[in-house]
Amino acid sequence: MINQNSKPLLEVQGLHATVNDVAILKGIDLTINYGEIHAIMGVNGSGKSTFAKVLAGHSAYQVTAGAVLFDGKDLLALAPEERARTGVFLAFQYPIEIPGVANSQFLRLAYNTVQTQRGKDELDPLEFDDFVREKMKLLEMNPDFLDRSVNEGFSGGEKKRNEILQMALLEPRLNILDETDSGLDIDALRVVANGVNQFTNNDNATILVTHYQRLLNYIVPDYVHVMESGRIIKTGGKELALELETRGYDWISAENSATEGAVL
Amino acid sequence: MSEVVSNHYLEDLLKTYPPQHTTSALPWLRQLRTEAVDRISALKMPTTRDEEWRFTDISPLTEVPFQVAQTIPQLQPAEIKYHYLQEAATRLVFIDGQYASALSTINNDSGIIVGNLSTLLTSYSAEIAPHLGRYASFNDNIFAALNTAFLHDGAVIIVPKNISIAPPIHLLFIATQKEVTSYPRCLIVAEPGSHVTVVEDYIAQQEVAYVTNSVTEVSVADDAHVNHIRLQRDSHQAFHIANCTATLAHASNFQSINVALGARISRCNLNVQLASEGAECTVNGLALIKEQQLADTHTFIDHIKPNGTSRQLHKCIVDGASHAVFNGKIMVQPNAQQTDSSQTSRNLLLTGQAQVNTKPQLEIFADDVKCAHGATVGQLDPEEIFYLKSRGLSGLAARNLLTYAFGAEIIDRIPITSLKNQLEKAVLEYTQSAEP
Repeated sequence: MINQNSKPLLEVQGLHATVNDVAILKGIDLTINYGEIHAIMGVNGSGKSTFAKVLAGHSAYQVTAGAVLFDGKDLLALAPEERARTGVFLAFQYPIEIPGVANSQFLRLAYNTVQTQRGKDELDPLEFDDFVREKMKLLEMNPDFLDRSVNEGFSGGEKKRNEILQMALLEPRLNILDETDSGLDIDALRVVANGVNQFTNNDNATILVTHYQRLLNYIVPDYVHVMESGRIIKTGGKELALELETRGYDWISAENSATEGAVL
Repeated sequence: MSEVVSNHYLEDLLKTYPPQHTTSALPWLRQLRTEAVDRISALKMPTTRDEEWRFTDISPLTEVPFQVAQTIPQLQPAEIKYHYLQEAATRLVFIDGQYASALSTINNDSGIIVGNLSTLLTSYSAEIAPHLGRYASFNDNIFAALNTAFLHDGAVIIVPKNISIAPPIHLLFIATQKEVTSYPRCLIVAEPGSHVTVVEDYIAQQEVAYVTNSVTEVSVADDAHVNHIRLQRDSHQAFHIANCTATLAHASNFQSINVALGARISRCNLNVQLASEGAECTVNGLALIKEQQLADTHTFIDHIKPNGTSRQLHKCIVDGASHAVFNGKIMVQPNAQQTDSSQTSRNLLLTGQAQVNTKPQLEIFADDVKCAHGATVGQLDPEEIFYLKSRGLSGLAARNLLTYAFGAEIIDRIPITSLKNQLEKAVLEYTQSAEP
């Protein structure tokens, strides 16, 4: 929710990034205040997932220019695990399966690691079990998922729910949801979106990376940004997503080149 | 050069041969030892020129004057208690190869014959004679020959017909002294329809160099079931040579789990003979090594008769500059129609210096069989590591968790909870390497 008095949580300035020396991000400027929900849309290959991974610190991407401040501090100087501990959370488009590690063990390890770093107490397995079951109820998740290996044999919807469960447990300040809606049927989409809505508030902010407008019926963004060729080429309110749904992306692209032409 | 050294080594070893071994009151045992001594004179220490020892240079073993322990330290239960398995009702403890009755507990309520070999030989010679030395051939195996020649103690377990022993039997071999060689011998006989679980466990009291040369013989009679868990957690300076042979009768079942964590150089030969129709075996292995360790596992699963089933999964986790070797041969004899066999070797390299040589082999001489085998060698997936880091785990914690997950598939198959927990903890804390 837009609140005139809220502070910036994330300030991205002129961010450029490459993968294998190929430029993917070519100057992103974006400010996100506490409490806000921003949707980032764009066609495949526009760089939106790369942006999400760069914020989380994926080592395959090199930042070549620009700055990212998280609550006023240099985010790019932190390792991925430090970013997670300070409150950046990436819900993966393709969550990793870890056969041999029970989901409960993994969730507790992540929870306790982050709690310890924040100077809070760890939970023992029994305390954690109660805690995680409460969160799972909110996501309509079957408790059996605690005993199964991490994401192994989970359906697409179950994997995404497991991602949101991790978000709920780790209580990040910046939620980055990378194509969380992909592969979900409408019921699963509703459950996942409800979960996200329950965990968004004025103490955090959310970036929704998505291809389709449909997710935004359930999680209503304050801003919609359109990316193309590694830059944000248009920003609007939630109505922009509806316009994209009916008109596609081409008109923005055309409008953008026209503007650039005028400047030149 | 190394051959000359090796033969001196064997000659010197025979000079230390205990004279009382040649004057045993039991003629059959005397004869067995004599045959073994004769074979030692005819055999050589293997070198890397021998196909079976291509990757395992055993010559460092010959450079140290290892002898049978002259004196045995008295250990207090408090010193070794944390190695005990709470589930076990019978525990036999051996220190530097010698039986320690004060630390052992025997429960033979169900009529099972269980105890240390040298004691039981006096009262159960007739029960032991048909089995001891009958399965583990030493004809072309110098280490089995040495063990047989020098054998003086070990464990005997004879489970009578149709008796099921639910609690595991724990055989705990503790090494305490440097430059000592021990020759543990285990005999497990499961009579028809019986059921038993045995844990053969090798541990070190200090980080010193010594040699363990063990032989285990397992006879699984008709419809019997044996669970055999072998755990090698020797000192990282030690040498560990193991020869284990199991012979399976009609519709019997042999479940084997071999875990190798310790030793500077270890070699485990496991030989399973499906000698009668409908026998089943599952052979699981895990080698988890680091630094300069070498762990070599050779298995031979011999389908002799029809309708046999074998399942094998062998995993190696190789860290530091260590080296794992797996050679798994499955033979399907002409008679062994309807054999169903599968073998998988999976290997995880944690560093660029770590090395694995894996060789699954299938030799099939029957035409109506189902056999599959395969091998993979891989590294930790950077995407998996990133996933865990993005949840706050340090690089080391992420690597340890993924390493643990790789090994868990084997460890989860151990049917003893306390042992499983011990190993899970060991694996979770094992990897020390920083990120590559």
